Parts: sequence; C-alpha cells; structure tokens
Amino acid sequence: MTSLRDEVEDPLGLDHVRAPRFSSPDEVGAALAANRYLADPSIASVVYLADRLIKPVLIEGPAGTGKTQLGKTVAEVLGARLIRLQCYEGIDESKALYEWNYRKQLLRIQAGQQDEGTMNWHELEGDIFSDEFLLTRPLLEAIRSTDPVVLLIDEVDRVEVETEALLLEVLSEYQVSIPELGTLTATQLPLVFLTSNNTRELSEALKRRCLYLHLGYPDVERERAIVLSRVPGVSTALATRIAEVVRSLRQLDLRKAPSVSETLDWARTLVVLGRTEIGDQDVKDTLHVLLKFQSDIDKASKELLGNRA
Amino acid sequence: MLDLLGSFVGELRDAGIPVSTTEHLDAARALVAIDLMERSVMKAALSTTLVKDETHFAAFDLAFEIFFASVSAQAAANQLDEPEHEAGEPSSQRGAEGQGKGGGGGASGEVSAEELAAMLFRALREGDAGMLAEGARLAVSRFAGIEPGRPVGGTYYLYRTLRNLDLDALRALLQSAAAGEGAMKGSLAERLALDDASGRIDQLRRAIEDEIRRRLVEDRGASALARSVRRPLPEDLDVMHATRDELTALHRALVPLSRKLAMRLARKRRRGHRGSLDLRRTVRQSMSTGGVPINPVFKPPRPAKPEIFVIADVSGSVASFARFTLLLVHAISAQFRKVRSFVFVDALDEATRFFEGTADPADAVARINTEADVVWIDGHSDYGRALTQFHERYANDVTRRTSILLLGDARNNYHASQAWVLDDLRRRARAVYWLNPEPQSYWNSGDSIVAAYAPHCDAVVECRTLRQLEKFVGTLA
Repeated sequence: MTSLRDEVEDPLGLDHVRAPRFSSPDEVGAALAANRYLADPSIASVVYLADRLIKPVLIEGPAGTGKTQLGKTVAEVLGARLIRLQCYEGIDESKALYEWNYRKQLLRIQAGQQDEGTMNWHELEGDIFSDEFLLTRPLLEAIRSTDPVVLLIDEVDRVEVETEALLLEVLSEYQVSIPELGTLTATQLPLVFLTSNNTRELSEALKRRCLYLHLGYPDVERERAIVLSRVPGVSTALATRIAEVVRSLRQLDLRKAPSVSETLDWARTLVVLGRTEIGDQDVKDTLHVLLKFQSDIDKASKELLGNRA
Repeated sequence: MLDLLGSFVGELRDAGIPVSTTEHLDAARALVAIDLMERSVMKAALSTTLVKDETHFAAFDLAFEIFFASVSAQAAANQLDEPEHEAGEPSSQRGAEGQGKGGGGGASGEVSAEELAAMLFRALREGDAGMLAEGARLAVSRFAGIEPGRPVGGTYYLYRTLRNLDLDALRALLQSAAAGEGAMKGSLAERLALDDASGRIDQLRRAIEDEIRRRLVEDRGASALARSVRRPLPEDLDVMHATRDELTALHRALVPLSRKLAMRLARKRRRGHRGSLDLRRTVRQSMSTGGVPINPVFKPPRPAKPEIFVIADVSGSVASFARFTLLLVHAISAQFRKVRSFVFVDALDEATRFFEGTADPADAVARINTEADVVWIDGHSDYGRALTQFHERYANDVTRRTSILLLGDARNNYHASQAWVLDDLRRRARAVYWLNPEPQSYWNSGDSIVAAYAPHCDAVVECRTLRQLEKFVGTLA
C-alpha cells in the first residue's frame, strides 16, 4: 500500500487541483476542538478525507446532534465564507442554482424598442442573456466564488427525488451548465456538506457521490466534554452527572430522545439555577427542558425516579 | 492490501450492502490518503466510502472486525505476548490440560478465576482498555475451550465464557462501587449507577466477542468466518423466525421506515395529479411579467384517501408478523381515511379502540395481546369462524372505498375454510389482499389452505420481511 504511494507520483490524481488543507485527521480534530466543536475520530477522519479526496460529505443523524454545526465550524476553521442552501419541499432550479431576471430583461427589451432598432435581435439576445441579468442562487454562487467557500446544503431530504438531480452536477463535477452561457466550472473547489434528517431515502446517485457520515448521540465522555466546552460555569462533576442522566434517558424507549442541544439547554438551566449536583427533585423540576412530550416525561420520571414519583 | 479490500467489498456485498464500483474506487483512494497504522481512521475511511445507510453499520462493523482484526491483533500480540509466552509456557502445568493448544493465547492456566474477576473489575472500573483486552484474552483462553477447525460462528464460545464469568455479580460490584463514590443518594443515583455498570459490562462482553472472533479468524481465515457469522440486514430479516434481539432491531427499524413511507405517500398524493388551472392566481402571477402568464398556477389536487380494514391472525405462530403490520399501518394512518383493525385466533374482536386515544401504537399493540377477546375454545387459529364472525358483524361497513388486508399463514387447523365470506367481501370492497408471512414454497402444505382463499383475493402476497411489507403498504395508498 505504501509502495503504491511511492510508485505513483500523484496517487489520487488530484494534486494539481488543490493542495490539501489538513495534514492529518488529528489536525482536523484539533482545529475543530479549537473552535469548540468536539469531533470524535471518525468525524475528524471524514472531514480530512473530504478535503483530500475533494468529495462532498453527506451527514445523517437524529435532530440536534450537530450536523449543521459541523459545516459551520469547518467554515470557521478554514476562514472560508459559508454559503448555505436551506432545502424545502418544492425548491427548484430557480431557487437553488440560478434564475434569469425576467423583469429586468423585459425592461431591457422595452428600452431597446424605444431606441428604434439601434440594436438587432442577435445583439439583443446576447445582451439579455449575459451576466448582468443572471441572478445567482447558492449553488452557482459557491461555484463562481473566487474566495474559499464552504457550501452547506441543509436538510437535503426535504427536496423531491427529481430535484435531487439538480445537485448531482455540482456535487460530482463542481460545475453548473447554463444553456445560454455554457458551463461554469469552479475556480476553487468548495468543501460541500449536505445534511439530512433521514425523513426519506436519498437516491443512490446522490449517496454514491458523497462520503457518508452518521452523527449519532455521543457517548458519555464526549458528551461531558461537549457540555464542559459549551456551557460556561459548569463544574466537571455536574457535567459528568448530566451526561450520565442523559445517557440513561436515551436508553429508555422514548418518542423523542434528548438531543445534544437539549442537553446543553439543560446544563445551562442547571447552572442558572445554581446547582452543583443533581438530585431527584432537580430532575423532576427540569425534565421538561430535555423531553418535549408529556408521555416521555411521565415515563422518564417513573423509570429514573422510580419508587418516589 | 488492494486484494484484501476487494474481498472485503465482496463480503459486504454478500451481506446485502450495495457497494458500487465507484465506491470501491473511493475506498481505495481513501486508503492511499490516510495513515494505515491507525485503525480507527482506517475504519472511518472505509465506512464513509462504502456504507451509505445507518442500518448497514452493524453488518459493516462485523465484517470489518473480521477482516481487519488480524492486523491489529498481531501488532498488539507481538508486544504483549512475547515475554509472557516465555515465562508462562514452561512453568504452566495445569495449562496443558487441553487448553494450551486450542486457545492459542498462551498462559491460560496462570490466573485463578478470582484473580481474573478482580482484574476485569479493575479494568472496567478504571476504563482501562488495554487491561480489559488482556482480561478478555485470559477469560477466553480459560473458559471458551475453542476447538480448532469447527465451522461455528462463535456464539457458543461466547456463551461458555460468559457463563463462567458470572457477569451479574460483576455488575452488582460495579454498581455498588459507583454508588459508593458519589455523595448523592436517592433513586436517581441508584439508577445511574446501574446504567453505568450495565454499560461497562457491555464493554466487557464486546471485548470478549472481539477476542473470540480474533481467534476464529486466525483459525479459519476471514472469508470463511464471515460467511458463518453473516446476519441479514434488519429489513431482510424473516419476521416469523426472528430472535428476541432481532425483533428489537426490527422494532427500531420500523419507526423511521413508517415515517419515510408516510412522507412518500403524502408526496405522491400531492403531486400525483395536477389539479385544474387556478385562473385567479395565474392572472395575479402574470402581473409581474407584464401580463404574460409565464407561470401557470394549478389548484392543489384533493384525491380521496382509501379506507383500510386489517384482519389479523394473532395466534402464536404469526403473532410477531401481525404486530409489525398493525404497527406499520397505524403509524401511517394519517394517509388513510380510516383504519380499523380486527384481530382473531378462533374468535374475532375489533381492536381499533386500543389505538384510539393513545399516541404510541406500540402501547396499543401490547394491550391487544392482553385485553382483546380472541380466544373461543382452544386458542388454535380458525380462519373460517373468524371470517364468518366478521361477516356477521361488520360486512355492512365494507364499502367500495374499503381495502381489506388479511394477515395470516392460512393454517386453519383443518377447520372449515368458509371461503364464501371472502367472495362476498370482495364484491363489496375495493380490494381484498392477503399477506402471508410464510415463504411461498410452504403454502398449501400441511394445514395451510391458501389455495382455498386465493381465488377470492385480488392478490396474495408473500410478506416475510420488512422490505416486502413496506413495498406492499406503499402500493395501497
């Protein structure tokens, strides 16, 4: 394997495109941690590979586990501009890629008519289908940008299967084809993150083009570290206890398990209340911060506080 | 390395994970880009390029452990084993009793059971991974009694090791240690200590599994072992013959599945047919383009939703299948105008009331099992009687908008079939479907009388796995 690297000068075929931004997964992890995002080894490795192989990353997982935050933090780390495409049902080419500015084009034509034939049709056509009349939308903007950007395509599972196809050209070739203008290729290759809440199966074509990262709930140690780094004024003992309670809650069969962001909310609540330890009563009083269904709250207090509730 | 990757990809494909050629290439390129000495990075690189579905991770993990275990095990063993091997081998008299050869781990007779338990306790308490692995190694050498060359998956060795370790005592010990440490008292603290201890015990169990697997790989080679431990993906599990763990996995898979299905059906309905042109909005829209109607606007379509009647056999043999189907249908009940469910063994009872007023269909299904009045004489399925009862009580509720789903294996215990009921129902209803959880080759064997009912159904569908079930329910709405 290492011999392969020695034999071939450019084993990935990508060296001419862009120098890698990170030298190792550990460096990625450290850089993310410096920006208060605690990545486990697999997250760091995937971000590192995304940069080395120049491939988009598809992030899936339950809500509130830091999918969007990962994209934002990587942008911060690289000092790159974050371009965000928030997907929703019914999004189309004109909202995601580009649109011709019809109104301005109409005005241009009407203005041309008043000048009485100073310009023939061909010139006019060339004129109204030019950059001036093009409204760039996030995908095109990311491609055309000259400064480094991170493209975040949020909640990609909300778009229809047909619309997904729009993304494919951007994701695999980093280019956009506009019939009137030709193909626009990226001047610098953006790092792309797609997030999905897994409300539907994404197409094979999309998945194939991406690296896949599943962000689940963190284990106790990592969750404690996250609480410590994100919540000012929390003691180590309290953070440990918070992480343990949340772990126990996630093992119950709840309608909606507490997410990392809810854990943080809870930690802030406890800090504001001035708690240094968590007793039965504290849990009972503040459980509604963690759980959002009454049936879950009942179940959790019965399970965790058992005989007393 | 590339050969190894190739056979690894082959194994993933055999396990049911679709890996395309592009993804294989990506994995190879990813391996070039990383430091192969770091196992966790390598695992992340392979999983991110090859596996694109959360439910496939379990199969991937297993295959990865098998194919790439030897690398790290040897590296670790080289460091740990050498001194001990030399010190242990000559002096071990008891170790030679049949274990010395088979275990392959070396100094097996050295540690007494008590010392081993104490060591594992310390390793778990302090979260020391190295010591834990070493403890697992000793435990397996001592208790598993691995016989070289036997084509087994290792479950039996795991069972033997765990039985000898007395995990419950270890768990209790860990729990009391954790409880003694914290200053807090109360039921919350107790519960946390218990969960903590269980988590650590799971770590131990995993360490032992790893160790057994490692030895089996050394013994028989990766591909052979992978073949014998391969398990189907959750969506391909046979519902009727699932073990308890598999049922839990199925249960977990069912929730996202029904959510996806509901989403897809809702979309299909909204986009299925375009409604008529909405003139008012089209004209308003054209204002901004100088009166030229560039974007015509259509009215949203409002197609009728079907009604579903589920008639399920809940006798022992097919109970888990009925449970899953009821859960799935009720989970997406918003996609239907009405869902009514009926359950029977040798008497029929309407179960719709259990689903009303509860947010969680799982609760309702649990209540059906205990409260529904489905047994008449002996608790053996009687399809004929159940169908007649349905016809007597509910036939008039069946309309042209109703689809009837019958769930069961049609094993009628040699009672009368009463197939005329189905014939009559079919005339009243939009459609009658029969979902059979048995493989098609078993139909009409023994007391199965699918053939008697089949002519009166619009379709008889084999429904052994979640994937088949999802596909069928998707066509309903």
